[in-house]
Amino acid sequence: MGMAEAILLTIATAATPLLLAAIGELVVERSGVLNLGVEGMMLMGAVAGFGAALTTGSAWVGVFAGIITGALFSLLFAFLVLTLVTNQVATGLALTLLGIGVSGMIGEAFVGQPGVKLTNIHIPGLSDLPYVGRLLFGQDPLFYISVLLTVGVAWFLFRTRAGLTLRSVGDSHSSAHALGIRVIAIRYAAIAFGGACAGLAGAHLSLVYTTQWIENMTAGRGWIALALVVFASWRPLRVFVGAYLFGAISILQLHIQAMNLADLAFLPGPLYWLLAQLKSLPSQFLSALPYLATVAVLVLISRNRRLTIMNTPASLGQPFVPDR
Amino acid sequence: MGAQPGLGEANLLEVRGLTKIFGTLTACDHVDLTVRKGEIHALLGENGAGKSTLVKMLFGSLEPNAGEILWDGNPVRIPNPSAARRLGIGMVFQHFSLFDALTAAENIALSLQNDTPIATIAAKASALSHAYGLPLDPFALVGDLSVGERQRIEIIRCLLQTPQLIILDEPTSVLTPQEADKLFETLDRLRSEGKSILYISHRLEEVKRMCDAATVLRHGKVVGHCDPRQETAASLARMMVGNEVQAVVREPVSESERGPVLLEIRNLSRQPATPFSIPLRSINLRVRAGEVIGIAGVAGNGQGEFFEAVSGEVMQTDAASVRIRGKDAGRLSISGRRRMGAAFVPEERLGHGAAPRMRLSENLLLSRHATDGQAFVGSGGVVKAGAIDAAAQRIIQAMDVRKSARDPEASALSGGNLQKFIVGRELDRRPSVLVVNQPTWGVDAGAAAKIRQALIGLARAGSAVLVISQDLDELFEISDAIAVMHNGELSQPLPIAEATYEKIGLLMGGAEPGHALHATEPA
Repeated sequence: MGMAEAILLTIATAATPLLLAAIGELVVERSGVLNLGVEGMMLMGAVAGFGAALTTGSAWVGVFAGIITGALFSLLFAFLVLTLVTNQVATGLALTLLGIGVSGMIGEAFVGQPGVKLTNIHIPGLSDLPYVGRLLFGQDPLFYISVLLTVGVAWFLFRTRAGLTLRSVGDSHSSAHALGIRVIAIRYAAIAFGGACAGLAGAHLSLVYTTQWIENMTAGRGWIALALVVFASWRPLRVFVGAYLFGAISILQLHIQAMNLADLAFLPGPLYWLLAQLKSLPSQFLSALPYLATVAVLVLISRNRRLTIMNTPASLGQPFVPDR
Repeated sequence: MGAQPGLGEANLLEVRGLTKIFGTLTACDHVDLTVRKGEIHALLGENGAGKSTLVKMLFGSLEPNAGEILWDGNPVRIPNPSAARRLGIGMVFQHFSLFDALTAAENIALSLQNDTPIATIAAKASALSHAYGLPLDPFALVGDLSVGERQRIEIIRCLLQTPQLIILDEPTSVLTPQEADKLFETLDRLRSEGKSILYISHRLEEVKRMCDAATVLRHGKVVGHCDPRQETAASLARMMVGNEVQAVVREPVSESERGPVLLEIRNLSRQPATPFSIPLRSINLRVRAGEVIGIAGVAGNGQGEFFEAVSGEVMQTDAASVRIRGKDAGRLSISGRRRMGAAFVPEERLGHGAAPRMRLSENLLLSRHATDGQAFVGSGGVVKAGAIDAAAQRIIQAMDVRKSARDPEASALSGGNLQKFIVGRELDRRPSVLVVNQPTWGVDAGAAAKIRQALIGLARAGSAVLVISQDLDELFEISDAIAVMHNGELSQPLPIAEATYEKIGLLMGGAEPGHALHATEPA
């Protein structure tokens, strides 16, 4: 396995949890609900996935435990904001804080324990192809699920009647209600889907990315996923681009920080020069680079204001009380 | 009339004792209504009489507290809109239930309960729209369409469900007179096909012209069933309002009585702020002391954008584009413009004209702290509660604001009473320039007459008054000249003596001012 392939593999592993969480949140926000609890749901998924895998010895049980825990945890949020009509921003923040606390408490027993790793796919022959074998046919199963999910959500939102209905609820809940569309039920479903995706993203962290439980191990990835959704103007394929861009730069900047310039003299002149320049920058700047670059690129591709506003769910974050 | 068991065969819909209670308010109180097959039945009443509540119960959007609904003679329960559609009840909403970010065809698809592909729906909608002479582009984004075009989508969407009863909630309030005529042709055709129509309106002339029967509501109760063709507009109005409404008096002003130009708009242009808003295209207008100028236009043609620019909610780069009392005001804020003697009444009462959860006196201070700082705020920024309270009570008295407490929260007042207070709050200052957007929208007839008379009074006392309104009757009642806004452009004001509904209607539809009498097709 070459150096480039190894780097690409780590990039995919870094991007997958972001993509999973962001795609789930995209569906939630398309239905008109802002759930700021992604970080908390991811942590709950991570700790439940780790614990279930450790207890049963099966990483797949861990994956399902992560999905279900994320979904159940998000239903708490759904009950508060949809049924009790609490403020979505405050409730989402509370959900994150609750998730951090509860996952830390549950996970106390798991700290320092070796976890179970979800094994990578191996297709004899194909996975061993030079250069692309591991990349295309030898990654962890959640990578493939995240890609399928992105395509599936894009297809669902823009090609199916149910997706149209979901978007209509996000565009104007009062119009949707007047037509007899069950706004609250659809939002419950969207929130649960978002929670399941966040839980799956968390399980990826504790079963694939690292195979251990560390308190607060999401380290802000939930917030990045939230930002990706907005900067990608609620478009699934742009979320994909954003997640991979962020993953790529955060991995590459680590390599740049760690490498020794003297070993790279074989590189072509301009590339060598660029790396030398980057290395001469303060390391804090390199650490901030993924954030800066992702925001810059997504702002650039969303510069068509008309398209952006049309894709913005018009009733995002607004409370809805149907009159009966 | 009421329910007539003997005619059960011909009755499509019978409503008996339908009641809806919201908290302490009985919005519909034992309402009876009978709609026969193949008739256009008018539901008349003022704003807040309970018309919308009643039809929402018929369409399943609201659940009645008591009473029964008979459809084709059989008792039915209508728990949700899809149940209403299955029975054969279709509805065209007053505040359109459309989605701006979706296409016309997608909007139609959302109300059909099956999985017909969008392309098929688009084709069907096109065919139907041609058959009824209601042209429609199924792939246009709703946000880009005019109000009249949006209503067409609503009507086509309703017709695609082949309903037996079509409910139209205030359908002409957003149309030009010519578009309304087109709608009447469509309704006539539907009636001849044996469909029934429940037609909600407060425009008496069109009800007299179109409808076979009428039910009149007042304060949630049925006050009468009648044949509108046998009634006069005055007798219908009496039934609706309960007593005679004082007619608005407008003495014509002669050229010599008009004073200097107090409000001048010069080449005012504005880029659209959002993808669906209208740009303003070099608007020119002069309003002189002593006159009321009206601005007509179908909703969404830039009136809101124009008001924001004139009031200073949005400032201009060119200071001379808005001039108040001969001085440039284009780069001043709302308070700056108020200090020059101007006053503004925005369209939305709650949330824009008044802070809903604040008391009337507090709302008074909010809008006048800049201009009446000395009177209302003492040294060190301490609010003079006594002075404000006295002023608030003065306004309440002058405008006859009816309220439940001495100084209630703005949201506790009915629309009409709050509007009287908001207009009165500005009149109390005796502003030399007053700009009002939709002065009587959703206001009952009595309060509307009071507000209109007050606007005329202010102008005759030497102020310049500019009124933006969708209500043509209102503009003809109070204006000395009417200009029309269409697609962000403003026509020359037409002196009231020369203005007719037809001329104004053509301008509203986008005809060039010079060719007003030749153009036929509204844009």
